[in-house]
Amino acid sequence: MTDTQTTGQPLEKPSSLRMIVSLTLVSVLSGMAVVMVYLYTRPIIDENKRLAIEAAVLTVIPDSAGFVPFELEDNTLRPATDSPGKGQLFYAGYDQQGQLIGLAAPANAQGYADKVYIIYGYRFDCECITGVKVIKHAETPGLGDKVITDKDFVANFDALDARVAADGSALRNRIVTVKHGTKSNPWEVDAISGATITSRAIGRALDIGAGLLLPQVMKFRQQLEDHQP
Amino acid sequence: MLDDKITSHTFWEGVWENNPVFVMLLGMCPVLAVTNSTINALAMGLATLFVLLSSSLLVSLIRNWIPKQTRIAVFIIIIATFVTVVDYVIQAISLDLYNALGAFIQLIVANCMILGRAEAYASKVPPAKALINALGMGLGFTIALLCLGSVREILGSGTLLGFDLFGENYQQWIVMILPPGGFFVLGGWLLLFEWLRERKEQQEATSE
Repeated sequence: MTDTQTTGQPLEKPSSLRMIVSLTLVSVLSGMAVVMVYLYTRPIIDENKRLAIEAAVLTVIPDSAGFVPFELEDNTLRPATDSPGKGQLFYAGYDQQGQLIGLAAPANAQGYADKVYIIYGYRFDCECITGVKVIKHAETPGLGDKVITDKDFVANFDALDARVAADGSALRNRIVTVKHGTKSNPWEVDAISGATITSRAIGRALDIGAGLLLPQVMKFRQQLEDHQP
Repeated sequence: MLDDKITSHTFWEGVWENNPVFVMLLGMCPVLAVTNSTINALAMGLATLFVLLSSSLLVSLIRNWIPKQTRIAVFIIIIATFVTVVDYVIQAISLDLYNALGAFIQLIVANCMILGRAEAYASKVPPAKALINALGMGLGFTIALLCLGSVREILGSGTLLGFDLFGENYQQWIVMILPPGGFFVLGGWLLLFEWLRERKEQQEATSE
C-alpha cells in the first residue's frame, strides 16, 4: 500500500531468494538471542524456584527449622538427589533440636485453567495438614487466586484432619471440598464462593497427594526420625 | 505523510492525542484482562513498553533491508523474540509477579498495538523517531493500564498497591475485579476522555 503511495510506482517484486534469506537470517538471530537469554536467566530462575520451595516448606510446617528431601519409590525410602526419579518427593521437617515434626510434599490437581501446584505441610503430633502454599497456578486473577489470599480459606489448613486409617492403607477420612459455609467435619475444606473450582482443585490435590503419601510414610517414620538434618 | 523530523508531537501523540487504549482502542486483551490490580497493570505496561521500544528500534533499523512481502513475518519474529526475553527476565526477577500475570506476558506477542506501530510507523521512519514515538505510545499504554488497574483495585478489593484503604468493613465490589468490571471501568474512562475532548473542541470553536 505504502509503496505505490510513496513512490507512485508499482511494487517491485524481490527475488524469492532475498525473501528466504531475510526470513532465515531474522529467525536464526532471534533463536540465538532467545537461547542466550535462556542460558543467562535459567540459573537465576532455578534458584528462584528453589528458594520459593524452601520458603514454602518452612512455612507449611510451623516451627520447623530445617528439612531434608526424601524420595519414596517402590516402597523404598532414600534421600532425594539432584536428579529426581519417578518416586514421590517429600521434605521431612525437623525442629531446632533435630526432632522430626512433620513433612511437606508437593501435590497438584486440575484447576480451572491449568493444574494447580501446591506444597502442603503435615505434622505428626496432630496428624493433620498444617498449611498449604500454592506454588504455581494459572487461575483467573482476582477469582481463582483468592485461594492464596482469602483468610477464611487459608484457615482451612490450620489443622485439617488427615489421620491415617487403622489398617494403614489410606486416610481414615478422604479430604473433601464442601460448599462455602457448610464445613462440618475437620477433614472438610470450606470452598470460597466464586472460586469453587480452584478450591476443589486444592482439596483434590490434598486428597490424592496426602492420601497416597501419608500411609506409606508411616512405615518409614522411624527411619525419618533417625535421620538428622 | 510521515517525514523524518522529530517534534514534540512524535512523543505526545501516543500519550494523549492517539493514546493506544483510550483513542485507538488497540491491545484490548491485556487492557481488560490484567488490570485487576495496580501492580499487575504496571508490570504489564512496563513489559509492553519494553517490547514496543525494542521492536520499534529494530524494525526501524532494518526497515530498508526487509522485502515488503515478508515484513509482517519478520516483525512478528522480532516481537516474539523480545516477548520471550521479557518472559524469562520477569521469571528471573520475581516468580510471584510472573505467576500473577499468568499467560498474558506471552500474549504480548498478539498485542495488535505493537505490530500496528511496527507496520504503520517504525518501518517508515528513522530509528530515533521510531524510538521516541514508541516511548510515547508505551507510556500512554502504561498510563491507561494504570488508570484501569487502580480504579478496579480500589473498588474491587478496597486496596491500592496492596495497601488497605477503607479498613475491615469495606464491602468489596467484587464485580470490578472480574472481567465485566474491566468493561465498566474502561467505558467510564472512555466517557470521561471523550467528554473532555468534546468540551475542549467546543471551547476552541467558541473562542474563534
